[in-house]
Amino acid sequence: MKDKLMTSTLTISQLTKTFGGVKALTDVSLSVAPGERVALLGHNGAGKSTLMKIILGLIPADDGKVSVCGAEPGNAEARAHVAYLPENAAFHSALTGLEQITYYMRLRNQNTSGAMGLLDRVGLGHAAKRRIGTYSKGMRQRVGLAQALIGQPRLLVLDEPTSGLDPVSRRDFYELLDGLAADGAAILLSSHALTEVEARTDQLLILSGGRLVAEGTLSELRREAALPVSMQLHPVNGYDADIMATFPDAIRVNSALHLTCLQDEKLAVLARISALEGKLSDVEVIPPSLEDIYSHFSRRDGQ
Amino acid sequence: MIARILATAANEFHIARRNRWVLIAVLLMVVFSLVLSAAGSAPTGALGADRLSVVVASLTSLSVYLVPLVALLMSFDAVAGEVERGTLPLLLTYPVARWEVLAGKLVAHTAILIVAILAGYGAAAVVTIVADPTATSGLVALWRLTWTSALLGATFLGIGYALSSLARRVSGAAGLAIGLWLGLVVLYDLGLLAAVVADDGGAFTTRVFPLALLANPADAFRLFNLTASQATAVAAGVGGAANAIPQWQSLLSVAIWPLISLVLAALAFRKVEP
Repeated sequence: MKDKLMTSTLTISQLTKTFGGVKALTDVSLSVAPGERVALLGHNGAGKSTLMKIILGLIPADDGKVSVCGAEPGNAEARAHVAYLPENAAFHSALTGLEQITYYMRLRNQNTSGAMGLLDRVGLGHAAKRRIGTYSKGMRQRVGLAQALIGQPRLLVLDEPTSGLDPVSRRDFYELLDGLAADGAAILLSSHALTEVEARTDQLLILSGGRLVAEGTLSELRREAALPVSMQLHPVNGYDADIMATFPDAIRVNSALHLTCLQDEKLAVLARISALEGKLSDVEVIPPSLEDIYSHFSRRDGQ
Repeated sequence: MIARILATAANEFHIARRNRWVLIAVLLMVVFSLVLSAAGSAPTGALGADRLSVVVASLTSLSVYLVPLVALLMSFDAVAGEVERGTLPLLLTYPVARWEVLAGKLVAHTAILIVAILAGYGAAAVVTIVADPTATSGLVALWRLTWTSALLGATFLGIGYALSSLARRVSGAAGLAIGLWLGLVVLYDLGLLAAVVADDGGAFTTRVFPLALLANPADAFRLFNLTASQATAVAAGVGGAANAIPQWQSLLSVAIWPLISLVLAALAFRKVEP
């Protein structure tokens, strides 16, 4: 842990932020190492955007420490290394995509000859010379993504980056992120859906009511949540009564029998099920879904 | 720093061109200048001034209204528009200082104003000199009017940015800008005149009135141009008071106001939380 803190691109410890007496963030600590992809999950109003704005130096924290690439958030050195993609990225509708990206490249002191290549990379090459006012939401999001790629940032802060993207673009987007992380960029992205980020991030953080309520890899969270496993038993005609006798807690749903058990009991239950061979036409084992796990953590604080 | 200011200026220029602000500003200045030079070229001779100097006196009265108006129209959206569109947070995460953003906008907007002023005054000068070749002696006055108009424009651009930062909403900023224009350019003079008439040569007229004129950038601009070209004879109203105030004082006010308004704008912009 100590090693990680020393080499982290982003380190936050015991961060607190209050808006007019309402606590937006309470005692939040986290770190993101170079090459690490961290997903920040939470409902609307859980504090994700507030946390990101503090990291970017757009609003000050009340208490706690934030270090961005070894600098204070929002100072010139930190800003030189940090890229941001706001939720619902907005741009002036009178500018073309190319003009907008060229402007951002000049602000980052980059050679603007790469602007067209950057737009090609996010699949906007064909629309580069059209006004952003004519773009769809997904296209504006891609302009936002293109500007976040300018000048090899060391930390990318992405606020709900995949909202508004179709499933194919979403996959392309995560492939881009994989490439950036492989080059050593630290990535912090937020989402309100665990299903969107599961396979593509190294670390998950769940924020609820301004507190960090869970952190770990998906399998760690799955284990910690210890949610019950569901099973669906399909009896062969006429054997319903026998099965109900073996599993008195089962609930009839249409023609099937529904059964839940704890993770630890799963194998024992399966053994009892296999003893019913001949009386069952099929068995389905349904592990807790990603949304179940997410709800488990994000509602624990009484939300 | 310079590169970032110029990048912002180029960006703003693209936006102003697309939004037709360049065209609107140039057309306004050209049309009004031509109308005035046509109307103002009649009563010469009797005053002993050349035709162009008389036109300059008319243009001065026009510019007092028009230059602040165009400047405020171009600037009221500068910060409030970014806040309302949601483009400000992203811009402020870039390695660019807030004052650099304002400076970039100022460079673009001032450049557009200067183009409009040159086009308007230039058209008036060409028309006047073609009609009366001896009028070239008034070019000095015209040049003076040109650079002071640019300074007046910069002053009101700065005021517009400050109002835009304070309002944080485009509609609010537009209302404030129009209200301020009415107040400083129209009502201020009316109020002063009413006070002078009521005072009837008392302490207000001799002490407060000159200071009040110098404190208002639009009045200082008019005073400076009228005293310098000694065209006060053709100017009515407040302009008639120009003789009482030394020229260096109005020049100082004209030169210092852009700085004051830009500092105010930078301070107001700093308080905007994205």
